[in-house]
Amino acid sequence: MADVQLRDLKKSFGSVDVIHGVDLSIESGEFAVFVGPSGCGKSTLLRLVAGLEEASGGTVAIGSEDVTRVEPADRGVAMVFQSYALYPHMTVEENMGFGLKMTGANPEMVRERVHKAAEILHLEQLLQRKPKQLSGGQRQRVAIGRAIVREPKVFLFDEPLSNLDAELRVKMRLEIAKLHNDLGATMIYVTHDQVEAMTLADKIVVLRAGRIEQAGAPLDLYSDPDNLFVAGFIGSPKMNFLRGTVTASGNGTATIALNDFDGTSASVPMSGTLKRDTPVLMGIRPEHFSTDGSASLETRIEVIEDLGGVSYGYSGADTDEPLTIALGENHGIKPGQAITARFDPDRAMLFEPDSERRIR
Amino acid sequence: MSDTVGTKSALSWAVHLSVAALVLLWLFPTVGLLISSFRTADQISASGWWASLSTSEQVIQVRTGGRDAARQEDGVFVVEGNILTDAEDAPGAVELVSYGVSSRAVSAYEIGETAEFGDGETLTLNADGTYLYTSVEEPGRRGQRVFVTALLPPDFTTQNYQTVLFSGTGQDNMAKAFFNTLTVVIPATIIPILIAAFAAYALAWMEFPGRALLIAAVVGLLVVPLQLALIPLLQLHNAVGIGKGYLGVWLAHTGFGLPLAIYLLRNYMVGLPRDIIENARVDGATDFQIFVRIILPLSFPALASFAIFQFLWTWNDLLVALVFLIDATGETTVMTRQIVELLGTRGGNWEILATAAFVSISVPLAVFFAMQRYLVRGLLAGSVK
Repeated sequence: MADVQLRDLKKSFGSVDVIHGVDLSIESGEFAVFVGPSGCGKSTLLRLVAGLEEASGGTVAIGSEDVTRVEPADRGVAMVFQSYALYPHMTVEENMGFGLKMTGANPEMVRERVHKAAEILHLEQLLQRKPKQLSGGQRQRVAIGRAIVREPKVFLFDEPLSNLDAELRVKMRLEIAKLHNDLGATMIYVTHDQVEAMTLADKIVVLRAGRIEQAGAPLDLYSDPDNLFVAGFIGSPKMNFLRGTVTASGNGTATIALNDFDGTSASVPMSGTLKRDTPVLMGIRPEHFSTDGSASLETRIEVIEDLGGVSYGYSGADTDEPLTIALGENHGIKPGQAITARFDPDRAMLFEPDSERRIR
Repeated sequence: MSDTVGTKSALSWAVHLSVAALVLLWLFPTVGLLISSFRTADQISASGWWASLSTSEQVIQVRTGGRDAARQEDGVFVVEGNILTDAEDAPGAVELVSYGVSSRAVSAYEIGETAEFGDGETLTLNADGTYLYTSVEEPGRRGQRVFVTALLPPDFTTQNYQTVLFSGTGQDNMAKAFFNTLTVVIPATIIPILIAAFAAYALAWMEFPGRALLIAAVVGLLVVPLQLALIPLLQLHNAVGIGKGYLGVWLAHTGFGLPLAIYLLRNYMVGLPRDIIENARVDGATDFQIFVRIILPLSFPALASFAIFQFLWTWNDLLVALVFLIDATGETTVMTRQIVELLGTRGGNWEILATAAFVSISVPLAVFFAMQRYLVRGLLAGSVK
């Protein structure tokens, strides 16, 4: 167990800068999730920690020891790959013991540790099988077991569940969460799936284009995002952004007139003041629409997705940014029906349209 | 829809027909050679190998007993006996069809019929080979010549192999050439694979400056004809004191085989999943351990397929052996060279040539049949993921 400190970490491939100076602290025993869209550099950042990529600048420290120029094997990390990366010609037992064997541990100890890890992951029956005789979920467990056997300071997961089907993914997600609780080890986990991030993480690190947009506890990011990107990325379905204009501000609120909804205005909490007629974006999550909200807007529901416990209505489904509204159970609304959607303006957020920053 | 089905079946017919054609093209000479190698010179000159598999009608020349076997009865010389078994070189029990006493009419008489010919000579030949020969004059010392047309069952001999492999006399002796060829081929297969496997790993997975140039150079060397290097290389060998000999031919085969070996193996290794190698690196394996524990076992199909190639063409090689190995003493002659010499000295003895040829192709055949799945898999594995 050790903490991980990234200081001004940079990586460029040739003339292309991929990581632009990342500063990040991951506490000992913390489960950190790097999340972001494809190509945001989250995997590269993980590989920098693993030592599979050489940093172009800055430092990586694991357990207060600077490992920026240290070989991957000597960093005390273990990595689980998206493709499992099992050695196809070895049995499960050999796969799991390979790392220890390479360090010259005696066979008795390797056996013991492998069997212990197999027990944790319920792999005892499969130890003599070859990877091709295993199902996807079993292979992923072997890959995780291989990491456990080495008792690393830091576990690194590179999209480990992406190759699994939806049901298995949920199951493995729980197993990984349980594993983290049992082992209490520092884990860094890369995913593009924000549900995985929300459910697993102690700390979510949202990345975009090689920069950290925001890092923090999942619920902090959900309820208090720093900018438009984080607000849109965290939460499912995505937050609605409605164009508006400031009509008044002061006393901890700003009154916003929504451009696309005639006569609708809402008093959104914020400190400070905004000039009248300033254009803003008001963000409101679909699940924050409710029947007892003090603000309301008139819209026409075009598409309804009934998911059972919750239903979502979409307005402007053919536009880039449809308005999504959570409807309660037994909502009784038909597609094409005009409704008055009520929401609590206290839960809305304001953003600057140009800089995309949050107006607090 | 019916169109596509139609073209598909036409195409598969074309495939089947061309496969059948290839199989026949390969099978006819090989089987012919095999069968011919088990036949005597007489059989080969009398009929084709395809006739040897079934009962065939042949005219055999035999003789009755001569003066010594004759007895006199009533002033007539009588000889009795069995024409098929009496003489040492007699054909043994065969089914007789007809016979004759003149080379101009070899089947003039039915079996059991009495032939009258010459100056009061008669001959009666029965189906079991017994005969009764009478002559007014005293028979010659060697007896009467008789041509019998007989149905001969398929008959094969291993005599040719004994001649070629075990006779131990000079030019016929393929056994020595066989072991010489093995002495050339085994190291000439193993050495390039060892070198190429290391080189291929480095070119596929280790970062170092000039790697791309090296790969380009290897690809460039693929198209250089080896004949270009024969003379300069031999001069080099002579200059450094290797001269002509096994070491020289091993080095030459190694050098000529390396470009393709490196190219094939590198292409195969570069297609191995990067994650596996990176994982091994995180697991603490050194480059050498990764090579030995991960890359080599996973590259086995490619290694095997190249080994088969290298084995086959060093086995069949004549040019390189002539230039780098075979000296004036002829002690180190290889099989290809031995067959060339046989063509000169035993050009008419097809049975010896066929046997020598079959001895030469037997090992490639065995290798091919034993390893064919690696050959196919290795070839495909490089191109298709």
